[in-house]
Amino acid sequence: MLWEVEIIAKGLDAEKLRVAEEYALLTHASMSDTASFLVKTARGFLLQGDLTQTHVERLRDQLLLDPVAEDATIRGADASGALAGSASATVLLKQGVMDPVAMSVQQTARQLDVPVEFAHTFRRYYWAGTSFDREVMYRKVLCNEAIERVIDHDISDATLGLGSRYIFNRVVVPLLGLDDTALVKLSKDGQLSLSLDEMKTIQAHFRTLHREPTDIELETIAQTWSEHCSHKTLKGIIDFDGKRYANLLKETVFGATQEIRKRLGADDWCVSVFEDNAGIVKFNDDYHVCFKVETHNHPSAIEPYGGANTGIGGVIRDPMGTGMGAKPIANTDVFCFAPPDTPAESLPAGVLHPKKVMKGVVAGVRDYGNRMGIPTINGAVCFDPRYLGNPLVYCGTVGLIPADKAFKATLPGDLIVAVGGRTGRDGIHGATFSSIELTSESETISGGAVQIGNAITEKKVLDVILQARDLNLYNAITDCGAGGFSSAVGEMGEKLGACVDLDKAPLKYQGLSYTEIWISEAQERMILAVPPHKWEALHALCAGEDVEATAIGVFEATGKLRLRYQDEPVGELDMHFLHDGRPPVVRQATWSTNPKPIGERSEPVGSDPNGSLRSPLGVAEILLKILSHYNVCSKEWIIRQYDHEVQGGSVIKPLVGITEDGPGDASVITPVLGSWRGLAIGCGINPNLGDLDPYWMAAHAIDEAVRNVVAVGADPKRIAILDNFCWGNTQRPETLGSLVRAAEACRDVAIAYMMPFISGKDSLNNEFKADGRQIVIPPTLLISAMGQVRDVRKCVTMDLKEPGNLLFLIGVTLPKLGGSLYNQVTGEAGGSVPTVDLKLAPEIFSRVHEAISVGAVRSCHDLSEGGLAVAIAEMAFAGGVGADVQKHGGTSDSVGLFAESATRFLIEVRSQHADAFRRIFDGMPILEIGKTVKEQRLRIVGTSGEWVVWQTLQQLKDAWQKPLAW
Amino acid sequence: MSQPRVLILRAPGANCDLETEFAFQQAGALTERLHIHRLRENPKLLLQYQIMTIPGGFTYGDDVAAGKILAVQLQHFMHDILRQFRDKERLILGICNGFQTLLKAGLIVPPNADDGPIATLAHNNSGKFEDRWIHLQATPGRCPFVQGIDHMNLPIAHGEGRFLCRYDWIRKGLTQAGQVVLRYVDANGKSGPYPTNPNGSQDDIAGVCDTTGRVLGLMPHPERHVLPTQHPQWTRKGLAPEGDGLKLFRNAVAFFH
Repeated sequence: MLWEVEIIAKGLDAEKLRVAEEYALLTHASMSDTASFLVKTARGFLLQGDLTQTHVERLRDQLLLDPVAEDATIRGADASGALAGSASATVLLKQGVMDPVAMSVQQTARQLDVPVEFAHTFRRYYWAGTSFDREVMYRKVLCNEAIERVIDHDISDATLGLGSRYIFNRVVVPLLGLDDTALVKLSKDGQLSLSLDEMKTIQAHFRTLHREPTDIELETIAQTWSEHCSHKTLKGIIDFDGKRYANLLKETVFGATQEIRKRLGADDWCVSVFEDNAGIVKFNDDYHVCFKVETHNHPSAIEPYGGANTGIGGVIRDPMGTGMGAKPIANTDVFCFAPPDTPAESLPAGVLHPKKVMKGVVAGVRDYGNRMGIPTINGAVCFDPRYLGNPLVYCGTVGLIPADKAFKATLPGDLIVAVGGRTGRDGIHGATFSSIELTSESETISGGAVQIGNAITEKKVLDVILQARDLNLYNAITDCGAGGFSSAVGEMGEKLGACVDLDKAPLKYQGLSYTEIWISEAQERMILAVPPHKWEALHALCAGEDVEATAIGVFEATGKLRLRYQDEPVGELDMHFLHDGRPPVVRQATWSTNPKPIGERSEPVGSDPNGSLRSPLGVAEILLKILSHYNVCSKEWIIRQYDHEVQGGSVIKPLVGITEDGPGDASVITPVLGSWRGLAIGCGINPNLGDLDPYWMAAHAIDEAVRNVVAVGADPKRIAILDNFCWGNTQRPETLGSLVRAAEACRDVAIAYMMPFISGKDSLNNEFKADGRQIVIPPTLLISAMGQVRDVRKCVTMDLKEPGNLLFLIGVTLPKLGGSLYNQVTGEAGGSVPTVDLKLAPEIFSRVHEAISVGAVRSCHDLSEGGLAVAIAEMAFAGGVGADVQKHGGTSDSVGLFAESATRFLIEVRSQHADAFRRIFDGMPILEIGKTVKEQRLRIVGTSGEWVVWQTLQQLKDAWQKPLAW
Repeated sequence: MSQPRVLILRAPGANCDLETEFAFQQAGALTERLHIHRLRENPKLLLQYQIMTIPGGFTYGDDVAAGKILAVQLQHFMHDILRQFRDKERLILGICNGFQTLLKAGLIVPPNADDGPIATLAHNNSGKFEDRWIHLQATPGRCPFVQGIDHMNLPIAHGEGRFLCRYDWIRKGLTQAGQVVLRYVDANGKSGPYPTNPNGSQDDIAGVCDTTGRVLGLMPHPERHVLPTQHPQWTRKGLAPEGDGLKLFRNAVAFFH
C-alpha cells in the first residue's frame, strides 16, 4: 500500500522564499504577491510496501520527523490506490533519476523492521487561488523538467512504477548497404555524433569482416571516437593559414612540457603527464601530487544542480583513477555565466535564467564537494552575456599519491571489477551529447544525459579504494566517466583485450538493454583490474563497508573487445580498430589581426589612449564601478558555502584579512599534516582579451595563474599548469584559428616560464541556437596553477598589515587598455591588447619569490582586472589599513590606474626591509608608489598632482561586496 | 597511567576522521579509526577504548536530517554498550556531524518518554551551509574537555547547526545545570547577532555536554585549529605556539592521567 509522510517546518519556510524570489524574477511580480498565493510548502516521503499505519508512525517517529523543528501528517491511499490531494502541486523526480535520500530511507527502514519496498521524496506547494502564471510557475519555478515532474492531482501507485523487465534481443544494424545520406541519418538518429567520413570508415571495416555491426559495436565506436573522449580536433590535422599541424596538442601544449623536461634534465620533476587521468609531479620524498580540471558545461546548462554535482563528482574520480589511486585533497571551481541581472524577457526559449543557473551550479558543487570531505579552495567567476545559453563549469581536483603508486599495468587474466554505484539509464549519450551544440530542444532530447550524483556512494568507494591500494589488491584502476564501462574497459584493455559479461553488472532497476548497460554514464563507478587470487580479499573489504564490487569480465591478451549478454556474444571489436582506426580529422583554421565577428561579440577594436583620462567619469567613480563589476566583486557568497578547511591542511584561505573577507590571490594547503611543505593553487582566466587576440589572452591567463601562486609564496621553479579550452564550433576556420593562436601561446609562455603543462582538456561546440539566434561563447581558456611552497610559514597574504609601510609596484605598465574593465565600465571602445614580456616575466617571478622567502614582504597582491587602483583598494579594505598613493607611473591616470598589463605585483614592505627589498629588485622595473596609513581611507594622486581618489575603505568595500551579497 | 586509546568512529560519509586523529595524536593519545560496521559486529570492542569520538562529515549524506541515520544506528545497535561506556567514566566527543549524531541519538539530552526529543540542531537561519571562523566563550563546569579553557577561536562549517530546544524551560534548565559549555561570542567576548552567532542557535549555544559532563557535542571544529598555520590571520598576527583547539584534545587525554 502507498503511504505518505508530509513534513512541514515550524519556522522559516525557505522553499517558499525561493519560489517567491524566482517567480518574481521571471514575471516581475512582487515578492509579496507571490507570497500571497503560495500558502506554504512541504516536503515528504512516499512509501510503498506492505505497510500498516503503525509501521508508518514508527518510521515517522524514529527516522523521518524532527518534532522539535517540524510537524508531520500521515496519509494512506484510499481504495483506488490514490492519496488525497488538495489545492496543491507535488514535485517528484522523474523515473530513474537518482534519489539518494529515498535510498537511505529504504535501507534504514529495513533496519528498523519497517518493510518499505520503495521510498520516493517529494516537495509540495499549497496554493490560495490560481492567480498566477501556471506555465512559468510549474515548468520553470517549481521543477526542472529535465529531472522532475509536477503532479497536480492525486498521487497514486500508478504514477510511481519503475522500469519493466528487459527481454534480451540482439540488435543488428544494417550498415553495409547504406549510401552517404543514409549513413548520416543513422548517425544523427542514433545520437552517435559521427561524421560521414567516420561512418564510411566503420562501414568499410565491417565490409572486410563480411558482417553487419550490432548496435553495441556502433555505440562503442561512437563513444570512443567522440570529440569528448578522443579530442579528435585538437589531436587531428590542422591547416592554419598554410601552416600544418599534424597534432596540435602534441606540438604546442604537450610539446612545451617535453621541451621543459629535456632542458631540466636530472632536475625534471614531472612524473606522469598527459597519459593518465591526471598529471602527476613530484612533491616530496614520499609523495607525488596530481591535478586534473574538467568541464561539465552542457549538463549544467540544462540542469545546473545535477550538472555541476556530477561535474565535480566526475573530476574527483580522476585522481582516484590516476596511477594506483590518489587521495583527493583539494577542489577548484571556475564558472562563466551571463550576468545575473539579465532581463528575464530577453531569454531565448529553453534557456534558464542565469541567476538560477548560478545558484544551481554553486549548490551542486557545494553539496558534492562538502560531502566528499574535500576542501574547495580556489575558483573564479566570469560574466559575459555570451554565456547565456551555454554556461561554463570547470571543476578541478588535486590528489596526493604515494611515490611508489604512480603507475599501473593491467595484466592478462585480471578480473574486470566494477566498484561503487549501480548502473542505470542515466547519462546515456553524455559523451556524444557534450560534443554537439545546444539548442532549445536539448532539454527534452538529452534529458537522459543529465544526472544527480550521490556523493556518499563516491566517498565510500574512495574509502575502500585507498585501503585496497595500500594492500596491493589490484593492478590497475580507472574511473567510469564519459562513455561509462565502454570507455573505462576500452582504455584499460587497449593494449590487451577484454571480455565483458554485461548481464553481471548490478543494475539500479531492471529493463536496461545490454547496450544501455555498456554505455550508461551512471555516476560513482570505478573499474579495477584485480588478479583472481586477490578477488576474495577485495570483495570482503568492499562488503565490509557496504560498497558493491562485481566482477563483470576479464582482461585477456586477445587484442579484441568481446561483449556478451547471458553468454550470447553481442559484440566483438578489434582493439586496434577501435583505438587507432578513426580517420584523422582534417580542419582548416585561420586567423587575422582584425577578425570579423562570430555570433554576438562585445568588444570593438580601436586605438590606444593618448595621455589624458578619456572618460567623463572621474577616477574614483570608475574605481567604484570596477569594484562593483560582477567579475571583480566579492564572491564571498559562494566561497563560504564551500568547506575550504576540511582535512585540516588549510594555511592560506580563499578569504583573508582583518575581517577574513578579502580576496586572496591563491590558497595554500599542507597535504601532509605535520609537514610544512605546501601546495598553492591558483587560476587565470580572461575571456575579454580573447576578442582581441587569443594569443595574448592565453599568455595573460598563464601569467595570471602564475602570479596568483607566486604572490602567496610558491616557488616559480615548482609550478605546474593545466589548460582547459572552451571554444565554439571549431568547424568554423576562424574559431579553430583562434584556438590555434591560444595553443601557440601556451607553448611559448610555458617554455619561457619553464612551467610544464601536466594535464588539460578541451570542450568544443559551446554554442547555443534558438529563436534564430546563434550565441557563441567567447574563446575561454582557463589556466590552473599548482605551485609548491617549501615552508608554508613563509607564505604571505594580500591584505595590508600595518600603517607606516612602503608600497612598491613591480613590473611594467603598458599604455594598452584593450579588453580592460576600464573600457567596459566607461563604455569606451578601443585600445590594443596588452602583451606579455616573456623574458622579463620569469625574472620578476623569481625576484618576488626571493623577497618573500627572505621575509621582506609584508603583503603582496597581483595586479589583474581593474589594474593598480583595484589592487590597492582591495589590499586596503582587506587589511583595514589605509594607503596614500603618490604616483602610479602610468602615461595617464587611465593607464596608470586601470591598465591590466601582465606580470605586476603590488608589495607592502616594512621600512626597515626597504633597502634589502630594493636590492633584490635591482635592475627590475620597481616603483615606490606610496605608503600605508592608519586613516581608514585610500587616496591616490593623479598625473595632475591632485588627489583623484579620496574614498573611505568602507565606501570601497561596500561597492565591492554589494553586487553578489545574496 | 599510559596513553589513553581513542576510537575515531568511521561511517559512510564521515570525513574529518584523519585530522581528528592527527589532533588526538598531537595531544599524545593512541588513536584508531574504526568503521561502525566493525562495532556493530562486535560492540564490546568499544570497551577497549577510553575515548570515543564521532568526527565531522556528512554521515549517510545527512539524508533525512544531519546525523540522523547514524543516530538511528547508534540507538539500535549500540544503545546499551554506549551507556555502559559512558558510565565507566569514559569520554565521548562529537564534533559537528558527531554533535548532531549524539544529540539525535539522545546521548546528550535524553528524549522525553512521552513526546520524544527535546532539543535538536536545525537548519541555519541563513538557510545555507557556511564555513567561517567564530569565537567561543567557555563555561567549563564539570565538562573535562573544556577545563581551563576561557576562549577559543575556531571555524564552523555546517548547514544544520542551530541549537533549538522544544520548550523554554529546557533551554534554561540546560544552562542552570551547567551543560551549556560553549557559546558563540564576538572577538571581545560579547554575544551578538549573525555572524557572531553564525546559525541562529538559541542563547548562542555552540556546545553542550550531558549531565555527567563526559559526553560533549560541539558544532565548531577544534581539530581544524591545532596548528598555528590553520588560523585565518596568522600572516597578520604572527604564528602562535599552537592552535586554540589543541587544548581540548589535551584535556581529554589528561582526564586519564
